Amino acid sequence: MNIRRIGGLAGAAALALSLAACGGGDDSGSGGDSIKIGIKFDQPGLGLFESGKYSGFDVDVANYVAKELGKTKVTFVQAPSKQREDLIATGQVDLIFATYSITDARKEKVSFAGPYFIAGQDLLVKADSTITGPKDLDGKKLCSVTGSTSAENVKKDYPGVQLQNFDTYSKCLDLVANGQLDALTTDNTILAGYAAQPAYKGKLKVVGAPFSTERYGVGLKKGDVDLCKKVNTALEKMVSSGDWQKAVEANFGPAGFKVDTAVNPPKPDACS
Amino acid sequence: MGELFEQFDIWSAFGQTLYLAFFSAIGALVLGTFLAIMRVGPVGIFRRAGAAYVNLVRNTPLTLIVTFCLIALHYQLKIYLAPQDSPTSIVDNGVRWAIVGLAIYHAAFVCEALRSGINTVPTGQAEAARSIGLTFTQSLREVILPQAFRGAIAPMASVLIALIKNTTVAYAIGVAETAAFMRDGLEFRPDLSFLIFVIVAGFFVLLTMPLGIALTHLSQRLAVKR
Repeated sequence: MNIRRIGGLAGAAALALSLAACGGGDDSGSGGDSIKIGIKFDQPGLGLFESGKYSGFDVDVANYVAKELGKTKVTFVQAPSKQREDLIATGQVDLIFATYSITDARKEKVSFAGPYFIAGQDLLVKADSTITGPKDLDGKKLCSVTGSTSAENVKKDYPGVQLQNFDTYSKCLDLVANGQLDALTTDNTILAGYAAQPAYKGKLKVVGAPFSTERYGVGLKKGDVDLCKKVNTALEKMVSSGDWQKAVEANFGPAGFKVDTAVNPPKPDACS
Repeated sequence: MGELFEQFDIWSAFGQTLYLAFFSAIGALVLGTFLAIMRVGPVGIFRRAGAAYVNLVRNTPLTLIVTFCLIALHYQLKIYLAPQDSPTSIVDNGVRWAIVGLAIYHAAFVCEALRSGINTVPTGQAEAARSIGLTFTQSLREVILPQAFRGAIAPMASVLIALIKNTTVAYAIGVAETAAFMRDGLEFRPDLSFLIFVIVAGFFVLLTMPLGIALTHLSQRLAVKR
């Protein structure tokens, strides 16, 4: 009886909470001064949630854009790669800054502002490795996560590569650092963050020969041209004011990551 | 739909799931039967070892067991289940370690299902078997286990269905089975996410539903009428 009563209370509390969450969603539209932004919570240097604080390049850009849009209350929401389209489509977030590469398949479901950064897929290897690019990987062992585009790219050009997939990148790190696998591949921004982690400092290095172009865009509700234009204006202002450069140095500087200045900072695409 | 089948090798993903399920089910059945025998046997140390195995494995998340198999046993302790110098060593080792992990995990459940089957055999039968001079092994083989398996078909069916669905955990160590297809699909074709869910769910329902019905039917037909 007692247990049942507690269960009932918990159920009622959960219901109230979810209703409250729904209520919050309504004023996050164009009118209010609050905004919900999806970011990664687990990528050092880009979007990281640690001991109650958000940090990273995506977070800095997101905060700047929110300020330019006149939103004073920013709520960050975790946006894992697989859920990004749905988070936007269902209105759970207004904008997404989460290493979100602009692709045609994704444009079917969401619209993009930006890009605000051009990254490239690269390799992370042991500090004393002789690998200088994907061409050296023939017959070697490459680590990535299931559903990653970079592993697919390498595999297409160099079929001799053996691929070990995991569900998270962190499982790859130890195996690469200890030499059981030869390289880890994903966006260079993410790799730089891993290489700079205290546990792997000096043991891992980013090769620095990107073999693809990843244009990080700001995901927003499909067809919202008005919001897209506002975000683009904010991004352009961030670059011209020098705050973009400051954010790059603050977040990628410690990792020793060289930003490709030939393509960065990028000009935002036209909104559609 | 056709588009998806063209872009992704869905059939081989389904095949991989069946392959994992088939071999890990056999492994789990063999290992689980051994465990059940240990747990009902007359030797105290075996009984306790069997109980310890079941309680340890049953309460450990499957993802952890499968990941442990590959990362600790394969990569750290260098136990190779497939030739290390072959061009497909990563794929082969991954699949085989996934089968080992799945078999280890589900053996605990098979053991308990079988033990419940053994409990359906009246104690008098075991006593009678021993009193006509059969040894422990003989009485198990000739009298108890045949009836126990027949009584355990229904709980075994539940374990088998769980096992088939649990093969999706193998994607954590990179086995290209159905869950890996789903993840690939959601990454590369987010525009077709709904269809991908339907295909994956449909596959598992088509696989497990007839199996469940058939095994329930079988359990009724084969039940020992007392």
